[in-house]
Amino acid sequence: MPAGTLYRGREGMWSWVAHRVTGVLIFFFLFVHVLDTALVRVSPEAYDDVVATYKTPIVACLEYGLVAAILFHALNGLRVIAVDFWSKGPRYQKQMLWTVVGVWVVLMAGAVYPVLGHAAAELFGK
Amino acid sequence: MSADTSSSAIGEVQGASLYDVDNPAPYIEAPRKRTSKTPRSTRGNFEMAAWLFMRLSGIVLVVLVIGHLLIQLVLDGGVSKIGFAFVAGRWASPFWQVWDLLMLWLAMLHGANGLRTVINDYAERANTRLWLKGLLYTATVFTILLGTLVIFTFDPNIR
Ligand code: HEM
Ligand code: HEM
Repeated sequence: MPAGTLYRGREGMWSWVAHRVTGVLIFFFLFVHVLDTALVRVSPEAYDDVVATYKTPIVACLEYGLVAAILFHALNGLRVIAVDFWSKGPRYQKQMLWTVVGVWVVLMAGAVYPVLGHAAAELFGK
Repeated sequence: MSADTSSSAIGEVQGASLYDVDNPAPYIEAPRKRTSKTPRSTRGNFEMAAWLFMRLSGIVLVVLVIGHLLIQLVLDGGVSKIGFAFVAGRWASPFWQVWDLLMLWLAMLHGANGLRTVINDYAERANTRLWLKGLLYTATVFTILLGTLVIFTFDPNIR
Protein backbone atom coordinates (compact mmCIF):
# COMPACT_ATOMS: atom_id res chain seq x y z
CA MET A 1 0.00 0.00 0.00
CA PRO A 2 1.32 3.46 -0.71
CA ALA A 3 2.46 5.24 2.41
CA GLY A 4 0.70 8.24 3.85
CA THR A 5 -2.71 7.62 2.34
CA LEU A 6 -4.52 6.86 5.58
CA TYR A 7 -7.78 8.70 5.34
CA ARG A 8 -8.71 10.01 8.75
CA GLY A 9 -12.42 10.06 8.33
CA ARG A 10 -14.90 10.06 11.14
CA GLU A 11 -17.68 7.61 12.00
CA GLY A 12 -18.42 7.12 8.32
CA MET A 13 -14.93 5.79 7.65
CA TRP A 14 -14.99 3.38 10.58
CA SER A 15 -18.42 2.06 9.65
CA TRP A 16 -17.05 1.43 6.15
CA VAL A 17 -14.00 -0.39 7.57
CA ALA A 18 -16.22 -2.51 9.82
CA HIS A 19 -18.60 -3.25 6.94
CA ARG A 20 -15.68 -4.43 4.79
CA VAL A 21 -14.06 -6.55 7.52
CA THR A 22 -17.33 -8.23 8.52
CA GLY A 23 -18.26 -8.90 4.87
CA VAL A 24 -14.94 -10.65 4.20
CA LEU A 25 -15.19 -12.67 7.43
CA ILE A 26 -18.71 -13.86 6.61
CA PHE A 27 -17.62 -14.90 3.12
CA PHE A 28 -14.80 -17.06 4.48
CA PHE A 29 -17.16 -18.60 7.05
CA LEU A 30 -19.69 -19.38 4.32
CA PHE A 31 -17.05 -21.17 2.24
CA VAL A 32 -16.17 -23.48 5.17
CA HIS A 33 -19.84 -23.82 6.13
CA VAL A 34 -20.86 -25.19 2.72
CA LEU A 35 -17.97 -27.66 2.95
CA ASP A 36 -19.03 -28.91 6.39
CA THR A 37 -22.67 -29.16 5.33
CA ALA A 38 -21.57 -31.22 2.30
CA LEU A 39 -20.61 -33.98 4.76
CA VAL A 40 -24.29 -34.96 4.88
CA ARG A 41 -23.52 -36.57 1.51
CA VAL A 42 -20.67 -38.59 3.03
CA SER A 43 -22.33 -40.18 6.04
CA PRO A 44 -24.48 -39.21 9.03
CA GLU A 45 -21.54 -40.02 11.32
CA ALA A 46 -19.11 -37.78 9.45
CA TYR A 47 -21.61 -34.90 9.61
CA ASP A 48 -22.46 -35.39 13.28
CA ASP A 49 -18.76 -35.58 14.19
CA VAL A 50 -18.00 -32.21 12.63
CA VAL A 51 -21.16 -30.59 13.97
CA ALA A 52 -20.10 -31.74 17.44
CA THR A 53 -17.28 -29.20 17.29
CA TYR A 54 -19.89 -26.48 16.70
CA LYS A 55 -21.27 -27.31 20.15
CA THR A 56 -18.05 -26.82 22.13
CA PRO A 57 -17.67 -23.71 24.34
CA ILE A 58 -14.80 -22.26 22.26
CA VAL A 59 -16.68 -22.53 18.99
CA ALA A 60 -19.76 -21.13 20.73
CA CYS A 61 -17.75 -17.95 21.27
CA LEU A 62 -16.83 -17.91 17.58
CA GLU A 63 -20.52 -18.30 16.75
CA TYR A 64 -21.30 -15.31 18.95
CA GLY A 65 -18.66 -13.40 16.99
CA LEU A 66 -20.23 -14.52 13.71
CA VAL A 67 -23.63 -13.33 14.90
CA ALA A 68 -22.03 -10.00 15.82
CA ALA A 69 -20.47 -9.68 12.36
CA ILE A 70 -23.67 -10.60 10.50
CA LEU A 71 -25.91 -8.34 12.56
CA PHE A 72 -23.60 -5.36 12.07
CA HIS A 73 -23.14 -6.02 8.35
CA ALA A 74 -26.88 -6.50 7.85
CA LEU A 75 -27.96 -3.40 9.82
CA ASN A 76 -25.23 -1.18 8.38
CA GLY A 77 -25.96 -2.57 4.91
CA LEU A 78 -29.54 -1.36 5.27
CA ARG A 79 -28.14 2.02 6.31
CA VAL A 80 -25.93 2.16 3.19
CA ILE A 81 -28.98 1.33 1.08
CA ALA A 82 -30.96 4.09 2.80
CA VAL A 83 -28.16 6.60 2.20
CA ASP A 84 -28.15 5.66 -1.50
CA PHE A 85 -31.87 5.51 -2.21
CA TRP A 86 -33.66 7.64 0.39
CA SER A 87 -33.61 11.33 -0.52
CA LYS A 88 -32.91 12.33 3.09
CA GLY A 89 -30.49 9.42 3.64
CA PRO A 90 -27.21 11.35 3.36
CA ARG A 91 -28.47 14.01 5.77
CA TYR A 92 -29.35 11.44 8.43
CA GLN A 93 -26.45 9.04 7.84
CA LYS A 94 -24.90 9.76 11.23
CA GLN A 95 -28.14 9.35 13.16
CA MET A 96 -28.75 6.12 11.25
CA LEU A 97 -25.29 4.85 12.20
CA TRP A 98 -25.97 5.38 15.89
CA THR A 99 -29.36 3.71 15.45
CA VAL A 100 -27.54 0.76 13.87
CA VAL A 101 -25.11 0.61 16.80
CA GLY A 102 -27.97 0.85 19.30
CA VAL A 103 -30.06 -1.90 17.71
CA TRP A 104 -26.91 -4.03 17.36
CA VAL A 105 -26.10 -3.70 21.10
CA VAL A 106 -29.66 -4.66 22.06
CA LEU A 107 -29.72 -7.68 19.71
CA MET A 108 -26.25 -8.81 20.88
CA ALA A 109 -27.41 -8.63 24.49
CA GLY A 110 -30.44 -10.71 23.53
CA ALA A 111 -28.22 -13.28 21.77
CA VAL A 112 -26.00 -13.95 24.82
CA TYR A 113 -28.20 -16.57 26.43
CA PRO A 114 -29.40 -18.41 23.28
CA VAL A 115 -25.92 -18.61 21.71
CA LEU A 116 -23.68 -18.94 24.78
CA GLY A 117 -26.06 -20.48 27.33
CA HIS A 118 -25.23 -24.09 26.52
CA ALA A 119 -21.49 -23.33 26.68
CA ALA A 120 -21.87 -21.73 30.11
CA ALA A 121 -23.89 -24.71 31.28
CA GLU A 122 -21.13 -27.03 30.14
CA LEU A 123 -18.33 -24.99 31.71
CA PHE A 124 -19.98 -24.11 35.02
CA GLY A 125 -22.44 -26.97 35.32
CA LYS A 126 -26.21 -26.70 35.03
CA MET B 1 -14.89 41.34 -25.58
CA SER B 2 -13.50 43.25 -28.51
CA ALA B 3 -15.52 44.42 -31.41
CA ASP B 4 -13.50 42.33 -33.80
CA THR B 5 -15.94 40.60 -36.15
CA SER B 6 -13.45 39.05 -38.55
CA SER B 7 -13.59 35.28 -38.88
CA SER B 8 -9.95 34.82 -38.00
CA ALA B 9 -8.94 34.87 -34.37
CA ILE B 10 -5.55 36.21 -35.35
CA GLY B 11 -5.49 39.96 -35.86
CA GLU B 12 -3.98 41.66 -38.83
CA VAL B 13 -1.09 42.99 -36.77
CA GLN B 14 0.16 39.47 -36.04
CA GLY B 15 0.09 38.50 -39.65
CA ALA B 16 -1.73 35.88 -41.66
CA SER B 17 -2.88 32.51 -40.30
CA LEU B 18 -0.47 29.61 -40.74
CA TYR B 19 -3.27 27.57 -42.26
CA ASP B 20 -5.67 28.02 -45.13
CA VAL B 21 -7.90 25.88 -47.33
CA ASP B 22 -5.01 24.22 -49.10
CA ASN B 23 -2.98 23.76 -45.94
CA PRO B 24 -5.48 22.93 -43.20
CA ALA B 25 -4.59 22.84 -39.51
CA PRO B 26 -3.88 19.38 -38.15
CA TYR B 27 -6.92 17.74 -36.62
CA ILE B 28 -6.64 17.35 -32.85
CA GLU B 29 -8.72 14.56 -31.41
CA ALA B 30 -10.94 15.30 -28.44
CA PRO B 31 -9.66 13.68 -25.24
CA ARG B 32 -11.12 10.20 -24.52
CA LYS B 33 -12.70 10.04 -27.93
CA ARG B 34 -13.40 6.52 -29.16
CA THR B 35 -10.81 5.62 -31.79
CA SER B 36 -9.88 2.52 -33.72
CA LYS B 37 -7.75 1.58 -30.72
CA THR B 38 -10.66 1.67 -28.27
CA PRO B 39 -12.01 -1.83 -27.63
CA ARG B 40 -15.31 -2.33 -29.45
CA SER B 41 -17.14 -3.05 -26.25
CA THR B 42 -16.13 -1.33 -23.04
CA ARG B 43 -17.48 -2.60 -19.75
CA GLY B 44 -20.94 -1.34 -20.43
CA ASN B 45 -23.19 -1.17 -17.43
CA PHE B 46 -21.67 -4.11 -15.58
CA GLU B 47 -20.42 -2.07 -12.62
CA MET B 48 -23.78 -0.40 -12.26
CA ALA B 49 -25.58 -3.74 -12.37
CA ALA B 50 -23.15 -5.07 -9.74
CA TRP B 51 -23.79 -2.04 -7.54
CA LEU B 52 -27.55 -2.56 -7.79
CA PHE B 53 -27.22 -6.30 -7.20
CA MET B 54 -25.33 -5.68 -3.92
CA ARG B 55 -28.25 -3.63 -2.65
CA LEU B 56 -31.11 -5.84 -3.86
CA SER B 57 -29.45 -9.08 -2.72
CA GLY B 58 -28.59 -7.42 0.61
CA ILE B 59 -32.25 -6.70 1.33
CA VAL B 60 -33.26 -10.31 0.58
CA LEU B 61 -30.30 -11.69 2.55
CA VAL B 62 -31.37 -9.85 5.70
CA VAL B 63 -34.47 -12.06 5.83
CA LEU B 64 -32.78 -15.28 4.66
CA VAL B 65 -29.62 -15.14 6.80
CA ILE B 66 -31.11 -13.73 10.00
CA GLY B 67 -33.96 -16.24 9.68
CA HIS B 68 -31.39 -19.01 9.23
CA LEU B 69 -29.40 -17.92 12.30
CA LEU B 70 -32.58 -17.72 14.36
CA ILE B 71 -33.49 -21.29 13.39
CA GLN B 72 -29.99 -22.74 13.79
CA LEU B 73 -28.72 -20.90 16.87
CA VAL B 74 -31.69 -19.61 18.86
CA LEU B 75 -34.93 -21.53 18.46
CA ASP B 76 -35.57 -25.03 19.75
CA GLY B 77 -32.39 -25.57 21.78
CA GLY B 78 -29.93 -23.62 19.65
CA VAL B 79 -26.96 -25.49 18.14
CA SER B 80 -27.46 -28.46 20.46
CA LYS B 81 -30.24 -29.92 18.28
CA ILE B 82 -28.26 -29.86 15.01
CA GLY B 83 -27.34 -33.20 13.51
CA PHE B 84 -27.97 -35.38 10.48
CA ALA B 85 -31.52 -36.12 11.58
CA PHE B 86 -32.29 -32.43 12.00
CA VAL B 87 -31.03 -31.62 8.48
CA ALA B 88 -33.02 -34.56 7.08
CA GLY B 89 -36.14 -33.16 8.69
CA ARG B 90 -35.57 -29.68 7.27
CA TRP B 91 -34.68 -30.70 3.73
CA ALA B 92 -37.78 -32.92 3.60
CA SER B 93 -39.59 -29.65 2.96
CA PRO B 94 -39.26 -27.97 -0.45
CA PHE B 95 -39.77 -24.63 1.30
CA TRP B 96 -36.52 -24.90 3.25
CA GLN B 97 -34.73 -26.39 0.25
CA VAL B 98 -35.62 -23.32 -1.79
CA TRP B 99 -34.73 -21.07 1.17
CA ASP B 100 -31.27 -22.61 1.50
CA LEU B 101 -30.70 -22.65 -2.27
CA LEU B 102 -31.58 -18.97 -2.60
CA MET B 103 -29.46 -18.10 0.43
CA LEU B 104 -26.52 -20.07 -1.00
CA TRP B 105 -26.62 -18.37 -4.40
CA LEU B 106 -27.32 -14.84 -3.20
CA ALA B 107 -24.80 -14.89 -0.34
CA MET B 108 -22.05 -16.41 -2.48
CA LEU B 109 -22.57 -14.00 -5.39
CA HIS B 110 -22.94 -11.00 -3.04
CA GLY B 111 -19.83 -11.99 -1.08
CA ALA B 112 -17.81 -12.79 -4.21
CA ASN B 113 -18.68 -9.46 -5.80
CA GLY B 114 -17.78 -7.72 -2.54
CA LEU B 115 -14.42 -9.50 -2.46
CA ARG B 116 -13.82 -8.51 -6.08
CA THR B 117 -14.12 -4.88 -4.98
CA VAL B 118 -11.73 -5.48 -2.09
CA ILE B 119 -9.16 -7.11 -4.41
CA ASN B 120 -9.45 -4.24 -6.89
CA ASP B 121 -8.84 -1.82 -4.03
CA TYR B 122 -5.78 -3.39 -2.45
CA ALA B 123 -3.96 -5.49 -5.07
CA GLU B 124 -1.97 -2.94 -7.02
CA ARG B 125 -0.14 -5.13 -9.52
CA ALA B 126 -2.24 -6.26 -12.47
CA ASN B 127 -0.86 -9.77 -12.17
CA THR B 128 -1.71 -10.06 -8.48
CA ARG B 129 -5.24 -8.90 -9.21
CA LEU B 130 -5.57 -11.45 -11.99
CA TRP B 131 -4.49 -14.36 -9.79
CA LEU B 132 -6.49 -13.35 -6.75
CA LYS B 133 -9.63 -12.93 -8.83
CA GLY B 134 -8.99 -16.22 -10.60
CA LEU B 135 -8.78 -17.92 -7.20
CA LEU B 136 -11.89 -16.10 -5.99
CA TYR B 137 -13.99 -17.05 -9.02
CA THR B 138 -12.83 -20.68 -8.88
CA ALA B 139 -13.70 -20.97 -5.19
CA THR B 140 -17.05 -19.26 -5.76
CA VAL B 141 -18.14 -21.48 -8.65
CA PHE B 142 -16.98 -24.58 -6.77
CA THR B 143 -18.87 -23.65 -3.59
CA ILE B 144 -22.09 -22.74 -5.40
CA LEU B 145 -22.06 -25.98 -7.41
CA LEU B 146 -21.21 -28.14 -4.39
CA GLY B 147 -23.89 -26.54 -2.20
CA THR B 148 -26.50 -26.85 -4.96
CA LEU B 149 -25.60 -30.49 -5.56
CA VAL B 150 -25.85 -31.26 -1.84
CA ILE B 151 -29.34 -29.78 -1.58
CA PHE B 152 -30.63 -31.59 -4.69
CA THR B 153 -29.04 -34.98 -4.01
CA PHE B 154 -29.60 -35.14 -0.26
CA ASP B 155 -30.53 -38.69 0.75
CA PRO B 156 -32.02 -39.19 4.25
CA ASN B 157 -31.51 -42.97 3.91
CA ILE B 158 -27.85 -42.74 2.97
CA ARG B 159 -27.07 -45.42 5.55
C1 HEM C 1 -23.07 -20.73 13.34
C2 HEM C 1 -24.15 -20.43 12.70
C3 HEM C 1 -24.79 -21.37 11.69
C4 HEM C 1 -25.24 -22.65 11.90
C5 HEM C 1 -25.22 -23.45 13.19
C6 HEM C 1 -25.77 -23.12 10.64
C7 HEM C 1 -26.33 -24.38 10.42
C8 HEM C 1 -26.72 -24.88 9.21
C9 HEM C 1 -27.32 -26.18 8.99
C10 HEM C 1 -27.65 -27.19 10.10
C11 HEM C 1 -27.54 -26.32 7.66
C12 HEM C 1 -28.16 -27.54 6.98
C13 HEM C 1 -29.44 -27.24 6.27
C14 HEM C 1 -30.50 -26.58 7.12
O1 HEM C 1 -30.76 -27.01 8.26
O2 HEM C 1 -31.05 -25.57 6.65
C15 HEM C 1 -27.09 -25.12 7.02
C16 HEM C 1 -27.11 -24.87 5.67
C17 HEM C 1 -26.75 -23.68 5.08
N1 HEM C 1 -26.34 -22.52 5.72
FE1 HEM C 1 -26.00 -22.33 7.69
N2 HEM C 1 -25.63 -22.13 9.70
C18 HEM C 1 -25.04 -21.05 10.30
C19 HEM C 1 -24.72 -19.84 9.72
C20 HEM C 1 -24.90 -19.55 8.39
C21 HEM C 1 -24.61 -18.27 7.78
C22 HEM C 1 -24.08 -17.05 8.52
C23 HEM C 1 -24.91 -18.37 6.45
C24 HEM C 1 -24.86 -17.34 5.34
C25 HEM C 1 -23.97 -16.44 5.22
C26 HEM C 1 -25.37 -19.73 6.23
C27 HEM C 1 -25.73 -20.25 5.01
C28 HEM C 1 -26.10 -21.55 4.78
C29 HEM C 1 -26.34 -22.11 3.45
C30 HEM C 1 -26.16 -21.36 2.12
C31 HEM C 1 -26.73 -23.45 3.64
C32 HEM C 1 -27.04 -24.47 2.53
C33 HEM C 1 -25.78 -25.26 2.31
C34 HEM C 1 -25.80 -26.19 1.11
O3 HEM C 1 -26.41 -25.83 0.08
O4 HEM C 1 -25.18 -27.26 1.18
N3 HEM C 1 -25.34 -20.41 7.43
N4 HEM C 1 -26.60 -24.25 7.98
C1 HEM D 1 -27.43 -9.81 5.81
C2 HEM D 1 -27.74 -9.02 4.81
C3 HEM D 1 -26.71 -8.21 4.03
C4 HEM D 1 -26.85 -6.91 3.68
C5 HEM D 1 -28.06 -5.99 3.97
C6 HEM D 1 -25.67 -6.53 2.96
C7 HEM D 1 -25.47 -5.29 2.37
C8 HEM D 1 -24.35 -4.92 1.70
C9 HEM D 1 -24.20 -3.71 0.92
C10 HEM D 1 -25.30 -2.65 0.70
C11 HEM D 1 -22.95 -3.69 0.42
C12 HEM D 1 -22.34 -2.63 -0.49
C13 HEM D 1 -21.54 -1.65 0.30
C14 HEM D 1 -20.97 -0.56 -0.58
O1 HEM D 1 -21.14 -0.60 -1.82
O2 HEM D 1 -20.33 0.32 -0.01
C15 HEM D 1 -22.27 -4.88 0.91
C16 HEM D 1 -20.95 -5.19 0.66
C17 HEM D 1 -20.37 -6.41 0.97
N1 HEM D 1 -21.00 -7.51 1.53
FE1 HEM D 1 -22.87 -7.53 2.22
N2 HEM D 1 -24.81 -7.60 2.90
C18 HEM D 1 -25.42 -8.67 3.54
C19 HEM D 1 -24.88 -9.94 3.67
C20 HEM D 1 -23.61 -10.34 3.27
C21 HEM D 1 -23.08 -11.69 3.33
C22 HEM D 1 -23.87 -12.92 3.81
C23 HEM D 1 -21.79 -11.64 2.89
C24 HEM D 1 -20.78 -12.77 2.74
C25 HEM D 1 -21.04 -13.89 2.13
C26 HEM D 1 -21.49 -10.25 2.56
C27 HEM D 1 -20.29 -9.79 2.08
C28 HEM D 1 -20.05 -8.52 1.63
C29 HEM D 1 -18.77 -8.04 1.15
C30 HEM D 1 -17.47 -8.84 1.10
C31 HEM D 1 -18.97 -6.71 0.74
C32 HEM D 1 -17.91 -5.75 0.15
C33 HEM D 1 -17.47 -4.76 1.18
C34 HEM D 1 -16.70 -3.59 0.63
O3 HEM D 1 -16.60 -3.44 -0.61
O4 HEM D 1 -16.20 -2.82 1.44
N3 HEM D 1 -22.63 -9.50 2.79
N4 HEM D 1 -23.15 -5.63 1.68
